[in-house]
Amino acid sequence: MLERDERIRIMATASETCAVLPSADLQWLLDALSAKGYRVVGPIVREGSVVWETISSVSELPIGWRDQQEPGRYRLEQTGSQEIFGVVHGPQSLKPFIFAPREPLFQIKRSKDGFTTSPTLPQSEKVAVIGARACDLAGLVIQDRIFLNDTYRDPYYATRRDGLFVVAVNCTRSLQTCFCASMETGPRAKRGFDLALTEVDDRLLVEAGSEAGRDLLSNLSLSTGSEQLSAEAVTRIDACAGGQVRRLDHSRLPQALYDAHEHPRWDEVAGRCLACTNCTMVCPTCFCHTVEETLDLSRQQTAHARLWDSCFAQEHGYIHGKNIRPTIKDRYRMWLTHKLASWIDQFGTSGCVGCGRCITWCPVGIDLTEELPALLTPGTQPSITSQQLEGT
Amino acid sequence: MSKPEAQRERPRLAVFKFASCDGCQLSILNLEEDLLAVGEALDLAYFPEASSDMKPGPYDIALVEGSITTAEDAHRILAVRQQTKVLITIGACATAGGIQALRNWADVEAFKQAVYPSPEYIQSLSTSTPISEHVHVDFELWGCPIDKNQLLRVITDLVVGVQPRLPGDSVCLECKRRGNVCVLVAKGIPCLGPVTRTGCGAICPGMGRDCYGCFGPSEGERKGPGLPPNTVSLATRFHRELQLIPVEVMRRFRGINGSVSPFRTESEAWEKKT
Ligand code: SF4
Ligand code: SF4
Ligand code: SF4
Ligand code: SF4
Ligand code: SF4
Repeated sequence: MLERDERIRIMATASETCAVLPSADLQWLLDALSAKGYRVVGPIVREGSVVWETISSVSELPIGWRDQQEPGRYRLEQTGSQEIFGVVHGPQSLKPFIFAPREPLFQIKRSKDGFTTSPTLPQSEKVAVIGARACDLAGLVIQDRIFLNDTYRDPYYATRRDGLFVVAVNCTRSLQTCFCASMETGPRAKRGFDLALTEVDDRLLVEAGSEAGRDLLSNLSLSTGSEQLSAEAVTRIDACAGGQVRRLDHSRLPQALYDAHEHPRWDEVAGRCLACTNCTMVCPTCFCHTVEETLDLSRQQTAHARLWDSCFAQEHGYIHGKNIRPTIKDRYRMWLTHKLASWIDQFGTSGCVGCGRCITWCPVGIDLTEELPALLTPGTQPSITSQQLEGT
Repeated sequence: MSKPEAQRERPRLAVFKFASCDGCQLSILNLEEDLLAVGEALDLAYFPEASSDMKPGPYDIALVEGSITTAEDAHRILAVRQQTKVLITIGACATAGGIQALRNWADVEAFKQAVYPSPEYIQSLSTSTPISEHVHVDFELWGCPIDKNQLLRVITDLVVGVQPRLPGDSVCLECKRRGNVCVLVAKGIPCLGPVTRTGCGAICPGMGRDCYGCFGPSEGERKGPGLPPNTVSLATRFHRELQLIPVEVMRRFRGINGSVSPFRTESEAWEKKT
């Protein structure tokens, strides 16, 4: 990590990449994005939380609102302030924009001498998302590695990804459920953004993180950020990191979790877990999907789509003739072990970015930052392992 | 070799009604333009609610609405089964006994005396039971009422000749795919979605309301292997954190699908605590 003075200097001196926008003028940014052909999306208040929605005016943003999150509980409160980005996040990360919950893949039609197949790629669209957080960006970078790697490039994901412009917001306030600092993914956006904002009272410090971001920033002709303002921004981001009450010690991963495969804690957490899939749905990095075939009564065509799936779902563990994860214990163990351990072997990073969503949106408030330490504390080892039980 | 399209005989479809409100049959009529396609692809041989032209069996597909509440119906369902290749129950009544299965915990004689001026004319069993307790059922469509698109999907799959897929996932999975905000977490409402079977499109949480379990328990061993939903953990959450008193927890699970396990066992466990 860079020293504090160094970070302030970088923020303040790169004049073409760092500027000040009075909060009252945020509409300029929205208008500039619209003028460039982007559909602008931001968080709006709905049903007690925030969801991504197309917006045209700053007044649609959750001004004055703040979210309180704890295991299994989310509440919004209106503070009466002019704070624009006081709500840290809702259930959605950036995932729905790029890895669509329901993506039509192709259609098959009967023809005279067989059938023809035609892909149904999404329409390419320029979408600018305002208000993504550092954890969301870290999740985006991980999803890019899954869907756009050297051996495989998912054309559906790629089409959506190409049109995405991200205006990130650096966090100056942590939730009770956040632990991005210990995962080294936040609270400051590191990469993956086009523009990043830091809200300091009635001003927004704007930094560019990409060519497209620099381009847009130069169009806005804003005044250059001062060293004093940058210092204040860094102070607030640091305080936000320092104030995080949850952390995840991943220093002994992945091996320690593999070694805990027979730990009695798995039975205990399985007693609470509903196998409802919510934790995987809200996770910015989970990428599992199933496919669905929609036939036509005329028998002339069929449509093939992919849908979000989860290792907590029944069919996820189904292989020919057998469900390899029939119990809730198997499924919870699959999720946590993939997220925190085997993800590292698979992709070279943790599958967790510390956003805390799985803690908040779990209907029974299961908290992985509590489960992991319990699993890594030696417990009573069962006298016979499940491998032995299955005779393997 | 399958026959050329033109020579293919249309499968014969029948719709039977037992103790029910007709809402699920109405879902068939609500298919609107898709109903025309259904009429083209299938021979609607027996569907009294739609047509007075009632042709005798045998039938390729029978949709059965309603539960068994009389001795006469217990007999009639045997005849339906005999003349049907693929029997599909439609709705909570046929699949789980329905709301009228609340009588299974009560004294039906007392109800009769209280409601009817001449109770001696009422011939009713003391229980309401699902079709599967009487005959073999091939597919079960849950819901109060059923989801018309799920029905269309199953009929289409059968006409085309593939195994219909009826996932046992929780409502939450679809709720999150739809981008709904969770009412349990954000509003503290006791939503049954985590233990309820998918299929409706998570429409209640989509309207900011709680799921009340009209599609019955998720997964379970009813049709194929699966795990019974963890109603104990959810019920405990309702009681401890959402502050429902035991009788309220009991009523949550004793609704439209109250007589079906594990909703039944959960409601009975909380009844003991009231
Ligand atoms: S944790 Fe589960 S749902 Fe998420 S990516 Fe891994 S296997 Fe898939
Ligand atoms: S595992 Fe939980 S805390 Fe970690 S990234 Fe996923 S949702 Fe966020
Ligand atoms: S951990 Fe929580 S959110 Fe995840 S499946 Fe279990 S109960 Fe659902
Ligand atoms: S609202 Fe209900 S169905 Fe939707 S995620 Fe929450 S608990 Fe599940
Ligand atoms: S959300 Fe629940 S109660 Fe509502 S229609 Fe679906 S299954 Fe029925």
